[in-house]
Formats: sequence, structure tokens, C-alpha cells
Amino acid sequence: MDRLYFDVAHLFAGSLVLTSFMLLYQDRMSGLINVFMLQAVILSFSVGWQAYAQHAPHLYLTAAIALVFKALVIPIALRNMIVRLGIHREIEIIGGVGVTMLLGIALVGLSLAIVLPATATADPLAREDIAFALSVVLLGLLMMVTRRNAVSQVIGFMSLENGLILAAAGAKGMPLVVEISVAFSVLIAFIVIGIFLFRIRERFDTVDVQELDRVRERPR
Amino acid sequence: MTLMNFDPAIALLALPAFAAVILALLPDYRLTSRINVLVSGLTFLCAGLLLFERPAPGRYLFVDDLNVVFVVLSTFIGFTTSVFSASYIDHELESGKLTPAYARFYHAMYQALMFAMNLGLLANNIGLMWVAIEVSTLTTVLMVGIYRTPEALEAAWKYFILGSVGIALALFGTILVYMAAEPVIGEGYDAMVWTSLMQHAAHFSPRLLNVAFVFLMLGYGTKVGLAPMHAWLPDAHAEGPTPISAVLSGLLLNVALYAVLRFKMLLAANAAAISPGALMIALGLASLIFAGFMLYRRDDIKRLFAYSSIEHMGVITFAFGMGGPLANFAGLLHMTMHSLTKSAIFFAVGHIAQAKGTQKIADIKGLTSSHPMLGWGLVASVAAIAGLPPLGIFMSEFLVVSSTFARQPLLAIPLVLGLLIAFGALFMRLIGMAFGEPTGRADKIEASVVPLLTHLSLVLIAGLYLPAHLVAWFQNVARLLG
Repeated sequence: MDRLYFDVAHLFAGSLVLTSFMLLYQDRMSGLINVFMLQAVILSFSVGWQAYAQHAPHLYLTAAIALVFKALVIPIALRNMIVRLGIHREIEIIGGVGVTMLLGIALVGLSLAIVLPATATADPLAREDIAFALSVVLLGLLMMVTRRNAVSQVIGFMSLENGLILAAAGAKGMPLVVEISVAFSVLIAFIVIGIFLFRIRERFDTVDVQELDRVRERPR
Repeated sequence: MTLMNFDPAIALLALPAFAAVILALLPDYRLTSRINVLVSGLTFLCAGLLLFERPAPGRYLFVDDLNVVFVVLSTFIGFTTSVFSASYIDHELESGKLTPAYARFYHAMYQALMFAMNLGLLANNIGLMWVAIEVSTLTTVLMVGIYRTPEALEAAWKYFILGSVGIALALFGTILVYMAAEPVIGEGYDAMVWTSLMQHAAHFSPRLLNVAFVFLMLGYGTKVGLAPMHAWLPDAHAEGPTPISAVLSGLLLNVALYAVLRFKMLLAANAAAISPGALMIALGLASLIFAGFMLYRRDDIKRLFAYSSIEHMGVITFAFGMGGPLANFAGLLHMTMHSLTKSAIFFAVGHIAQAKGTQKIADIKGLTSSHPMLGWGLVASVAAIAGLPPLGIFMSEFLVVSSTFARQPLLAIPLVLGLLIAFGALFMRLIGMAFGEPTGRADKIEASVVPLLTHLSLVLIAGLYLPAHLVAWFQNVARLLG
């Protein structure tokens, strides 16, 4: 039975890394959001599995937050936003997919080389999880570096954060996981609102933003 | 709560948290700025109480010799900055740069920031500390973007993205520390509590701790503003309201540094782990020299002093990286002096930018004749930050350099070089701004000079004479830091 626990956890964590690679080469906004949704669903399964395997009911809450917030609310909000801003069909030029993928592979190798020897004494379930989690974190960073568009940078940040949630769920009995995932959700909500304001600024000129502010404050 | 079980540590959190709610609800901005000053003053008094009576370490909060230094310093500067902020915000409202609604929001955020910083400093749990530092990032991002100009929004965005990446890396490091602690202390809450972590640190897996420290150093180092992760810092200082620049430089960078120091102590308690000093020395020197050169090409007065903050955080990180009683003492003293001086500079710069209607260095000339008080205040505080005797920073820099010479003479060469480069740049800029014929606008301004003079006189006194009590206190903390 232990073998099964391990294999399923392995499968989910490995799929997370795979979706991180898929995020690297998406050049359409809508494709990017779809892959991110997939990643969030896999994350919630993975955290749910850890909850079952570790008998830690509070992790179910974390899994539920990931499912509702990241797989539904955020992607829908982002999709509305890019449609309204008219960038949903835009093709983002990301120079050298081949080079980026090779760099990604190197980063995964690096994280395995760092984590596996360092955690030799730890529980194998946690150990592999941490190695995969670090790969997801580094791939998210790579994505943030290779993108120019604010929306895709935010998706990069959210996938980075998925890696962190995976790591926190994998660390056995770690307290505050729920609190941390809530704190991160708030952070992301702020980022999404941030993009909205930021993009408004890019589309209209400065005077208009101030005009908008004044309009909003008049009723007080 | 009766007076018998009054706990100053809880009051340090409850006061600003409660005030943030009240200030968000009150519409009258003249009243809110007064309440802001009052609450900050009370918070400072509570911090003062910690010096005499210390509550026993609890599950969530604890007070020891190290964090008392940080708490007292940050609540003091929080108080003086709130006094400066009251007159600064009045002027911004009169000139129409801020609307009353934004001023109200600003005051609520100011207290929320104080709450987050106090929580970060007092937390007895690595997870709680992380959450507090994240909240402090969020509140400052909101305040940096408060003017709603394109530049301010862009600065806030940059700060937000870089700060979030930093905070994410720090969380990964925090998880790794938990994983190192879990086999020794056991699952659950205790494996994240500072007091129990420090007790058992010797038995943790050293390799895991090493990896964790690299992430923590890079993560919290981003918030300290160390090169090469400093890119958010100059923009955030230049585009936000000046009281926030003072708080950022004077306090928030220290809070992030405090987190780094705590984890350094954890590694030092484990004999088999790498010594964390080398990484801190490298990042510190890189920041010092990089910022020293960058000072020459600045044309914005607030950006100039933001780079000077990077430089000084570099010196402080370097000193703590060297370690040992003398270098740690010098680092603590330098941190205190830098916080006091840099916030004094921003108090002066804030009013100067309001009087001249610009932040461009080229358009600011002859301040000592047009605004004698502000002009000479700026001259004195720049002399202090550049490290001229007899002011406090001269002494702390002298201690850093001499302790380095005694132990690693080769490292002293880049250190002294960096300090000299920065010195030259600051004076080159200062002479143009302070002396000569005044040009451009010169509005009359009701400056509050009390905070500026208070800070400067403290720095002067510290340069001339350090009370024996303070020296003993800092020496004790320096020993604790290892």
C-alpha cells in the first residue's frame, strides 16, 4: 500500500513539472491560461492526495482553495480581462523556445542535484515532492524572466507559487499551510487587480486614469 | 485587561491594528493625522516598557535581547516619522496632490504597516514571521502607488513583482528549515518555533540547512535591497510619499535584515553547516560598490538617497557577515545610526521637494540661503550619512573598517574603496544643492523640523559619547549573534 501512496504522489508532482514546461512554450494568452488551469487542478489533486496519505484533514482545505480560487476564479477573471483589453488573440514573441526548454531541463536537473543529496534522511514521499516543487519554482522564475507581458508574468508567478504549495503540503505535518495558502491567494488577488490598473494606464493616457479616479470619488 | 497582566508585547500589536481600523473609518483627515501621531507615540512607549520588563516567551510571540533593539528603534522612527508625515500630508492635501480619501487610506495603511513590522520582529514562529513580512510588503506597495501617476504605478508594480518573488523564495527556505527540524523536534507547530529551533539546531541535517539558508538569504535579501536584487528599491523610494521613503529605508529594510540574522544564528548553532558569513560578505560588498558607483549618475534627489540606502545596507550586511563580537557590535551601531540619519534626510528632502516643487537635483540650488533651516539640516544629515566625524556614522564605519583590518585586511580594501566612492558622490551632489544662487520656485513651507533635529542630535550625541549602558546592551546582543 505504501508503494501506491508513493507512486500516486509521484505522478501528480511529476505532472506539475510537465505542465510547467508546457507553460514555457505557450505563445497565445488563452493557451497560457488553459495550461495554468490544468496545473491548478493537478495541484489540488496532489495536495488532496497528501491530505489522504498523511491523514491531515486541514490539507483538504488547501486543496479546495487551490481548486476554487486558482482553477476557477483567477482564470475566469484573467480571461475576462484579456478579452476586454483585446489581447486574447495576441501572439507573444518568446525568443528561442529551444533554448528556453534546454534551460528548463537544466533547472530541473539542478533542483534534483540540490535537493536529493540534502534530504537523504527525510521521508521519501516528502523528498521527491520537494525536488519536484523546487523544479516548479525555478521553472516559474524562468517563465517570469522570459516574458514581457504583465499577464503572462503573473501566470509565471502563480505557477511558481504552485510549487511552494506543493512543497508545503509535502513537508509532513507542517502547520500554517492553510494560512499560507490564504495569504498567497490574497497576494495573487492584489496582483490581478494590479494588472488591471496597470493595463488601463497603458491603453489610455495618464489623464484618463486621473479622470477615472475623480469620477469614482465624486459620490462621497 | 487589568494593569497586572498588561503585556507590552501584545500592546505593540494591538495598538496599531486597532488604530488602522479606526483610521480607516474616520473621515476627518486632520483628526486622523493627529491620531496617527498619538498611536505611534503610545506604541513607542510600549516598546520602551519592554526594556524594563520582558514577558516570558510564548507560543506566538517572544522578546529577547536581539529583537528589543529592533523594536525600540522601529517604533521610535515610526513615531518621529508620523510627526513629519502629519505636516507633509497637510501640504500634499493643500496642493491637491492627494485627496482626503487617499489621505485617510494612507493613515490606515501606515498603522497596518507598523503592525506588520512589529509582528515580524516579535513573532516566535518562522511561518508567522514570513506572513508578517509579506503583509508589510503589501501595505508598502499600496502606499508607493498612492499618487496614481504612471511612474508611481510602475514603481509599485515593480516593487510588487520583485518583492513577491523574494518573499516566495523565502517561503521555500522556511519550508526547508521546517523539514530539517521535523525529524528532531517532531511534527507540528513546535518545529517552527524560534525558541525550540535554537535549542535543537545542533542536531538538524546540515545539508538541508545550507540549502535553506541560500533561499532565505536571496529571498529576504531582496527585501533588504541587496544588489543584484535591489531593482525595486530606488523606484519605490522615489515615487512614493516621502514619509514612506523614510519608513522604507529606516525600518522595513531592517526588519528583513532581522529575519536574515535570525536564520544566520540558527546556522551558527549547527557546527556542521556552512558558515553563512561568506554569502553575506559577498552580497554586502557587491551592494556597497555597485551603489557607490550608481550614486554618481542620479538626477533625482530621492533616488540618490535610495541608492545611499543600498550602500549602507551593504555595509551592515558585510559587518554581520564578518561576525564576531566587534564586527557585530559595529553592524548594530551602524544599523541604528543609518536608520536615524537616513530618515532625517528624508524628512528634509520631503519638505525640500515640496518647497521647490521638484525632485530634480539640477533644479535645486542654493537651499542654505532660500530655506536656511532645511538647507543646513540637509547639509548636516548628508555629512552624517557620508561618515564625517564627529557624527555617529563615522564611528560605526570606523569600527566596521578597523575590525575588518584586524581580521581580513584584504577585504578592507574594497570596503574602504566603496565608502570613499560613495562619499565623493554625495558631496558632489550636495554642494550644488545647498550652496550657490537659489533658482526656481521657493515656496514658503511650514516644515516640522522637530523630528529632523531630534534625529540629528541623537546621531551627534552617539558620535561624541555612547552611554555605557547602551554599549553593554549592544555588546550583549553582539555576543548573541555569534
